[in-house]
Parts: sequence; structure tokens; C-alpha cells
Amino acid sequence: MEIYLPIADLPVNVFLVFFMGLAVGFISGMFGVGGGFLMTPLLIFIGISPAVAVASVSTHIAASSFSGVIAYWRRRAIDTALALMLLAGGIVGTTMGVWLFSQLRAVGQLDLVIGLSYLTLLGTVGLMMIAESVRAISRARQGKPAEIRRPGSHMWIHGLPIKLRFKQSKIYVSVIPLWVIGFVIGFIGAIMGIGGGFLLVPALIYIMRVPTGVVIGTSMILTLVTMASATLMHAATNHLVDAVLALILMVGGVIGAQFGARAGQKIRGEQLRLLLGILVLLVGLRFAIDLVIRPDELFSLRVEGQ
Amino acid sequence: MRISALVIALAVAIAAASPAAAERLVFALSSHRVLINSSFAGAELVLFGTVEPNGTVRQNPSYDIVVTVTGPRQDVVTRQKERVVGIWVNADSRTFTDSPAYLAVLTNKEIDAIASQETLRRQQIGIDNTVISGDSGGVVNNDPFRAAFLRLNRQHGLYREDRKGVTFLTPNLFRAGIQLPASSPIGIYRVEVKLFLDGKLLASQDSALEIVKVGFEQFVAAAARDHGFLYGLATVTLAIMTGWLAAVVFRRD
Repeated sequence: MEIYLPIADLPVNVFLVFFMGLAVGFISGMFGVGGGFLMTPLLIFIGISPAVAVASVSTHIAASSFSGVIAYWRRRAIDTALALMLLAGGIVGTTMGVWLFSQLRAVGQLDLVIGLSYLTLLGTVGLMMIAESVRAISRARQGKPAEIRRPGSHMWIHGLPIKLRFKQSKIYVSVIPLWVIGFVIGFIGAIMGIGGGFLLVPALIYIMRVPTGVVIGTSMILTLVTMASATLMHAATNHLVDAVLALILMVGGVIGAQFGARAGQKIRGEQLRLLLGILVLLVGLRFAIDLVIRPDELFSLRVEGQ
Repeated sequence: MRISALVIALAVAIAAASPAAAERLVFALSSHRVLINSSFAGAELVLFGTVEPNGTVRQNPSYDIVVTVTGPRQDVVTRQKERVVGIWVNADSRTFTDSPAYLAVLTNKEIDAIASQETLRRQQIGIDNTVISGDSGGVVNNDPFRAAFLRLNRQHGLYREDRKGVTFLTPNLFRAGIQLPASSPIGIYRVEVKLFLDGKLLASQDSALEIVKVGFEQFVAAAARDHGFLYGLATVTLAIMTGWLAAVVFRRD
């Protein structure tokens, strides 16, 4: 069944897009990540312009993170004060990100920057995941117990001023690194169409020593608010949010996430992480190929003032 | 003195406007309003016209008809990719200002055979003779940006020349099919019909048609374009509702 996407301005098969939402939702539920870093590239590969893909996936992530926030809220696994501090930086980062997005679009370099950012991000994350899971698999083969990572020892970050006590997380830290982390996540999220959970969670655990019990719920609040405001800003300034596309994706995404979460509890992690790592690396390589090979058509047209 | 000059000017103007005993063009479009909905795959409008002798007597005249349909004007940036340190990036660009979004030139034979190059250029007949002003202005046919602009528009079916687009049903009655692709932008399209005989312009006549998009998709697109902030709010609300619904439906505890 073909449907015409009003903003992306092209017809797509509803079931293809729905299945993509389902598949990415499954993976995101299984690994507890937002999935934007897979969803946006997939949309670009089926021919949706990178700008529309980024803006519409923001909406999709807002939906999936909201259902996550509700689940963690019920379990009281959210540190509200910590989330507010992250949000202070996150909103500023999102605003700056959307601003840069518009500027890059006006000079015709947005697609290039999105491609390069994905190549860098997916290449790095994919390699790290492969390396980590290969280590874990070989340890398991040798019969050694899983390595327990300890939060880093005293870092210079903990010497920064404006310290606050976060009761739920039981940490006493400076708010400056929290603002910076929120800013960075909001900024790259707005440009790349990712929630940034897979960067935010390790940063909070290893740098800020947030206990693992509250870290995912708290990071989902940041994802929800930055992605919802990115949607709003992309819609108001660039008119690029495709609500029809976003709706199909989010329905597929939330359903897939439920099955993914159930499957994730049953299946051994290492092999799966290795597979995901390879998948992420391949998507990154695809961006590299698109950037390096000579395009069939060197010229492109864009109507001004739309 | 001044009055006599005015009278002469007026007389000249009347003479130019209504040359004695010349053919007159009459034509009609099958529709002046094209509605585009979500299943729209393009449309064909039919134009019928006649050449009224209007008092002229000619032995088997071979009339030539040129139908030019010009879409709404817009500014278009044409960008060229170049290789920079191994990757392809948009480098040079040119903006074509007030260029027609749609341009169809339909004739009953090769454009070059209808009139002299000079006449064609003066009357702006044919895509190559249509003034599309870039940053530097003027018609420069060997400019790579102009060439790419025309080529891409031809590929999208928005610019077309059809030397069999006009057919004479009788020596005086003609028919033209105007093809509108699915991507035709909305707006007012000018339809101009010109009558030639032996390379000379005898008459010309103007009309217009409007392309209007309707349906759900168009409603969404218009809302996104005209009320960006409200549209964004609605989209975020939609996302929140979907997320909430998922949390309720799939509640596990």
C-alpha cells in the first residue's frame, strides 16, 4: 500500500516503513537504546532527504522515550533534580543544533555534515561494540567471570565548583559537567536525529557516577524533552517534520520495542552485541561509500523560500 | 502640436493592435482548474482552438501553432558537487531567479522550422530561447549550470518541448495536449497560444489555468508550511499520545 508523504514529498510503501519502525524498535527495546542512530540512516537509504529524516525521527524518538519515561516513573527510577540540570544544558544545545542545521541547509552543506557525522559516530561506536563483545566472548570461552567495571576514580571533573547534592542518585557533583553533557547531547541530537542515549548513559555512569538504577529513566527524560523541542523547532523554522512518516514509525517503533525488551531478557548478550556492532559499522560504511564514490548526478536543484 | 502628436500615436497604436484583415485565434481549455489529490499521477489537459480567417483570403495556408504553458515563478539554487579531499561536496552554485516552475512548449513541427532564430528568440519560443536569469543574467546556452538546470527539470517532466504536441484536425482547427506531471507545483499557469504563417507572427492569445492540491496530504503540507509552530505542537502531542498509549497497552507491572 503506497502512501504519499506530504513533507518528504515522495510515495513510500506503508508496510516497508512500518516494518522498519518495528525492526528498529525491536533492536532499541533489546538494547535499551533509542534507535535514532539506525532509524535516520535507514530513512536516508530509502530515499528520504537527510533533513526530513532527521526532523521526523526526532518525533519518533520523543514518542518511544515518553513510554519509557512512564515505565520508569512508575518504578520511581528517575532523579528529577538531575534530569532538570541536564535539561538546562539540553534545551540550549537543541536550540543551537537546530540553528546550525538551518544555517548548513541554507548553504547546501547539511547533507554532507549529516553524512560525515554519522560516519564518525557509527564507525566509532560500531568498532567499540565489536571490540568489547569480542573481549567478552573470549573471556566467557576461557571461563573467566565477566569483568566488572568500576566507576572511575577521582577525576578533575569532580573538582569543579557549583556542587549540588542529588538525593535520589546519592551523588554530590558539580552542575557544570551536567550542563555540558546535556548541551552536547541536545546539540548532536538536533543535527543527527538521535536521542543520544547510547552516549548519555555511559557518560552519566562513568563520569558522573550516577547509579545504574536511575540512569536510564533519567536519561530518557533528557531524550524526551530534547527530541520534543527539536521536533517543535524543526517544524517552526525549517518546516521539515513529516507527521505522517513519524506516525508510521512511532507505531511500529513502540510495538517493536515491547518484543525487543522481552527478547533481550532471554538471549545472551555478547553475540547479539557483536551482531549489533557489525550492523552499526556497516551502516557507517554505507555513509562512507556515499561520500566517496562519484555521484551519477553532480548537479542538484533546490527551490528557495519553501 | 501636442494634440496632433497624441492623435498620431493613438492611430499608430490602433493600427498595431488590430491589423486590418488578419486571422484571429480562438481557443478553449478542457479545464481551468486542476485538482491534485494523493493518488494524482499527473494529468492531461486538452486545448482546442481555431484560426478564424476574419476576412483574409489565402490559398491553402499552412499555419503553425505554438502553445507555451508557463508555471509559477520561483527562485531555484543549482548546486554542483566537486571532489574535495576524496569526498563529494556541494561546491559552486548559481541561483536562477523567477524561473518558471513548469514550462511546456508544444508545436505542430520542429520549433526551428516555424520561424527564424531571431523571431524565436524575440518571442521567447522554445526552452532554449526562454530567458531564465541567473546571477549574471541573459541567455548563455553553454553555461553548465543553466544546462544542468534545464536537464534536471526535463528529467522531472517539468520542462518539455513537444514538436508533435499540436495537431491540426482540419486546416483551421487544432488540438494540443498539456501534460502535467504529479510534481507540478500549485499556482497559476499562463497558457499562451501563438499563430505563425511562413515565419511571421499573425496572432496570439492568452489564458490561464490553476493547479490546486486537495486531500489529507495537502492539508498536512499546508499546515506545516503556513503554521509551522502549531503543526509542531500537534506533532509533539501526537508523539506523546502514542508513547502514552504504548505505556498503557504494554504495561507489564
